Amino acid sequence: MEMDLAKGRYLYRQMLLIRRFEERCVELYSHEKIRGFLHLYIGEEAIAAAIMDALSPEDAVLATYREHGHALARGVHPNRIMAEMYGKEQGCSRGRGGSMHLFDAETRFYGGSAIVAGGLPLAVGMALADKMMKRSRVTVCLFGDGAVAEGEFHESLNLAALWNLPLLFICENNGYGMGTALRFSESETNLARKASAYRIRSEQIDGMDVVAVAGAAEKALKEVRSGNGPFFLECLTYRFRAHSMFDAELYRDKSEVEAWKKKDPLLLLQHRLEEMGLWSHVNVGELEAEIAAVIDGAVEFAENGTLEPISDLETFVYSPEAAQ
Amino acid sequence: MSNTITYREAVRLAIREAMEKDERVFLMGEDVGRYGGSYAVSMGLLEIFGPERIIDTPLCESTFTGAGIGAALGGMRPIVEIMTVNFSLLALDQIMNNAATLLHMSGGQFNVPLVIRMATGGGKQLAAQHSHSLEGWYAHIPGLKVLTPATVQDAYDMVKLALADPDPVLIFENALLYNAKGGLDTDAAPLGIGKAKTMRSGKSLTILAYGISVFKALEAAEALSSEGIDAEVIDLRTLRPLDDAAIMASVRKTHRVVIVDEGWKSGSISAEIMARINEQAFFELDAPMARVCSAEVPIPYAAHLEHAALPQSDKIVAAARKVMEDL
Repeated sequence: MEMDLAKGRYLYRQMLLIRRFEERCVELYSHEKIRGFLHLYIGEEAIAAAIMDALSPEDAVLATYREHGHALARGVHPNRIMAEMYGKEQGCSRGRGGSMHLFDAETRFYGGSAIVAGGLPLAVGMALADKMMKRSRVTVCLFGDGAVAEGEFHESLNLAALWNLPLLFICENNGYGMGTALRFSESETNLARKASAYRIRSEQIDGMDVVAVAGAAEKALKEVRSGNGPFFLECLTYRFRAHSMFDAELYRDKSEVEAWKKKDPLLLLQHRLEEMGLWSHVNVGELEAEIAAVIDGAVEFAENGTLEPISDLETFVYSPEAAQ
Repeated sequence: MSNTITYREAVRLAIREAMEKDERVFLMGEDVGRYGGSYAVSMGLLEIFGPERIIDTPLCESTFTGAGIGAALGGMRPIVEIMTVNFSLLALDQIMNNAATLLHMSGGQFNVPLVIRMATGGGKQLAAQHSHSLEGWYAHIPGLKVLTPATVQDAYDMVKLALADPDPVLIFENALLYNAKGGLDTDAAPLGIGKAKTMRSGKSLTILAYGISVFKALEAAEALSSEGIDAEVIDLRTLRPLDDAAIMASVRKTHRVVIVDEGWKSGSISAEIMARINEQAFFELDAPMARVCSAEVPIPYAAHLEHAALPQSDKIVAAARKVMEDL
């Protein structure tokens, strides 16, 4: 990947948008504007920013319940994401999904799955459909390290390799499945190695370094697009915030969190751009102002959104054209 | 065109015709290709359509069912075959948490035009992990449609109805019916999803049944007719959505009801039907309703025990007599 001012500024902006958007979500949660589960991505922004930037519009994305960042970086409108958090009918899932189930047909964003590893089989099927119809597009499936313990992870990797599917697996290894550290749940903690057991090419990369992720994504997508079957990227990362709003974080040391914060993806990119002599041209103040306006706009949009009438409660259970 | 073929051949013919007509249709499941299908439904299809469209999967019910959902999202019209309903429990997460919910969770953006077929029912001495009738469980789930073809005509029609439906449809094929012969008219307009069918018209009481129990009910009705009891037999055909209108119309006509359900009685589809009759036609009843269900045991291996565990025509006759006695 060519790193220049435009690319550096763009990736920084995407990561900053996710960071500030979620910080606002926390505030709104404490004001009870947002309810239910709220899983924050803060600390992991480099992965979503770089992966989504590497994709084409016709590619498909499947993510998990920690997917605000992916949806934002993929281009789902912040207004519609915020309205979804508010449970308004202008939300990207019309208020039926909430934080964990963001969907958007326009950007081929297929959720938002809150059953750990439950999205992997869907990704296999979507990639299978593309292969059968000879469409040259890629399905990207993102999941956490917790998914690796599930049977569907192994079944999906096997099928993807067996059928030589155009599928990019992105494992966001943040070290914890909720409150259980990886070493307590996996006999082999190098997750990229598991992929090689299925004859899937894989790489373990620094998920805090957006440039490293971008480079690896570019390479992996090139492989997948050339018909060489699936690719598996394990991105080592860390979530700076609690698992959800109900997590007292008893399972990890504050010093561990502080150590990882030194690798904050925003800081790492800043340092890299400083080394390249580009940082002063990024103009962070301008980015902050632009993003603040975007988020203010999203909150306003959500506040002004309308609630779906109760009389519509039972819609979207079956397609309207279906004979009932 | 009208002819007499087996239930198995009818399912196969419907799949074959659908695949010939629509390149988006494909069949996927365990041993559907080289083996020819565990119940030989797909025998010969591999030779016609090749391994790209008759796909043998590894033993991973959850993931190949999920892959069917994904392929449906990707514009295909997959038919997923699960060997038996007991094995479908390995795929329950995908069926319940994805197939049934995606349209709703996405605010109407992503429908899942997926067909899942599986064998159901007991009677082959296959014991407690291959013999159950869990279609009633699936009928609990909003977002799914549950079809239970009993006749050769429905075995054929329901594959096509399911494929034409924009949402996930589950088809439960009773394994004992695969060899059953019946008439098939491939030109007849199919009776739609959610429509029950009166198999025998009668005045004395209504017997509601689905799947293989329809034939046990018809047998019972013949026996009852010699006693002067004129039973109406209704094939429910679809467990979700239930055809409330047809059920209530028959209740209003006969005022007495026996429900036959190969599932267990507790928390069953037969309980649901009784509840609906109570809600919608209680004052039409001349006697308490009765049910003939499977005994509340895992289905046993020994032939005499298995026979005793399942609904049989003599039990239906006994239940009908009881319903007729009550005033």
